[in-house]
Amino acid sequence: MTETQSRLYLRPLHPLYGILLAFPIALFSTGLASDIAYLKTAEMQWSNFASWAIAGALVFSAPIVAWAALGLVWHRRPRAMLYFGLIAVMWIAGLINAFQHSHDAWSSVGTLGLLLSILTTVLALVASWIAFSLGRSREIVR
Amino acid sequence: MTAWFITPVALVLALTACGSAPDADQTGAVPTLPKQNETLLPPMKIAKPVGWGSTLPTVPAGFSITPVATDLKIPRQMLVLPNGDILVAEGTGGNESVLRPKDLIAGYIKSLGKSGTKGGNRITLLRDTNGDGRADVRTVFIDGLDAPYGLAFVDGSLYIANQGALLRFAYRDGETRITTPGVLVTLLPSRVNHHWTKSLAASADGTKLYVGIGSNSNITERGMEVEEDRARIWEIDRASGAHRVYATGLRNPTALAINPQTNALWAVSNERDELGARLVPDYLTSIRPGGFYGWPYSYWGQNVDPRVHPQNPTMVAKAIAPDYGLGSHVAALGVTFVTGAGLGNGYAQGVFVGEHGSWNRQDLAGYKVVWIPFAGGKPSGKPRDFVTGFINAQGQARGRPVGVLFDARTGALLVADDLSNTVWRIAPTATR
Repeated sequence: MTETQSRLYLRPLHPLYGILLAFPIALFSTGLASDIAYLKTAEMQWSNFASWAIAGALVFSAPIVAWAALGLVWHRRPRAMLYFGLIAVMWIAGLINAFQHSHDAWSSVGTLGLLLSILTTVLALVASWIAFSLGRSREIVR
Repeated sequence: MTAWFITPVALVLALTACGSAPDADQTGAVPTLPKQNETLLPPMKIAKPVGWGSTLPTVPAGFSITPVATDLKIPRQMLVLPNGDILVAEGTGGNESVLRPKDLIAGYIKSLGKSGTKGGNRITLLRDTNGDGRADVRTVFIDGLDAPYGLAFVDGSLYIANQGALLRFAYRDGETRITTPGVLVTLLPSRVNHHWTKSLAASADGTKLYVGIGSNSNITERGMEVEEDRARIWEIDRASGAHRVYATGLRNPTALAINPQTNALWAVSNERDELGARLVPDYLTSIRPGGFYGWPYSYWGQNVDPRVHPQNPTMVAKAIAPDYGLGSHVAALGVTFVTGAGLGNGYAQGVFVGEHGSWNRQDLAGYKVVWIPFAGGKPSGKPRDFVTGFINAQGQARGRPVGVLFDARTGALLVADDLSNTVWRIAPTATR
């Protein structure tokens, strides 16, 4: 009697993927810290730092979003879907936040900017957590 | 797949960026001020430069227009010397650094609406010896300047406002070139120089010089420290070079002129961007000595700008509402009073204003020269289009007016066009 056994092999993430994931984690959280510093001091340079951090996070996370989308083509597992959803929402929220930060002076952060900075930081962390725990999983039929 | 996600976002952004309010009258003493509308992306429309080709700007019936000179290097403001020679300041200034990603993008977008020519950093002399309105003598009058803009002539001396210094040059009648370096009258604030143009006018009695100094930002987004000596008009003692602050709170006083009826100083000033397509109207106003005109804390009197932090209610309470609105984002860069009979035909008392044209609204505004009639030393009616056609039927820019100058000697109006690099002359047809 033949038995088909489905097993999940966990291989670590591709090194480049892991490196790229570090950018949104580090830069969105830098943006959040800078936003808080700006709201406390009204010193424009903090808002400028946040602008660059958000822009950098968007540039380096764009390939991740594309990569995650391609991943969906291969395996439509619920966690991969969830991961893609989170990383995509993070990127779009980051883009809106970049526009928000292009406003001048006190309008560059505001409630919306702060909320988006919190949201993108949390999403970057959660999505990365899932990504690292998913690994490059393959379903292998034995 | 990413594009699939971005498209709806872009669509939403585009929709929020559209100005949808019905058009309100924003000219005259009491312009309509709609509610502030800070959209995620500011409304933007840049008119693509195409040049004049074989067409000419449109002028009212009874007037004709002639190019005095073409192929200049970014002509800005002009001056007529006692012998009738026309001086044209050519140049581009500013030395601001990129502080955030927006500066890169906005700089690129605005550059799409400008001439590709490099600013001349010089003064060109134009002389029309046969009276056909075209220059038949043309020389580089003074070279090696640093973004010259404001020009004034008092008592045999020519004053040139570079972007960082006011210089004096001795002038002998009929000269076509000055090579001796200018004498420094006073240094002018030049750090950052976001709004770099230093406008200049001499008082009626010639003892004082007024210099308009624009702000170093739209609305303090480069920090308050760099605004220390900005957004104001200086009064400079011509003999000593000493200055005092004459008026403050003028975001960008791009052109100054003395009202021949009252001898009072008047200015056109450009107001803040990104509060909406219909905010804030640029204006024409008399300048009250010691007056505060709102920037950055408020606009048109007591309308508080939420982007300034910390706010300053004491200054807001002091803010003077300007005399006369010109419309939002028209970018007034030139003003000139007519004297004597003016241009005749109902153009005997009033000002011409050169409107460089908008970028911060979907429907283009400005891109024309308007006439504002005066009576008793004050504006007495609505602006009337005087030189138009700067935008063609396809919404492209043939030219963009900057400085305007009434030439009292020949009863004509001169208009500098820094997109087609032309100086235009408009004169009544009958007087030819």
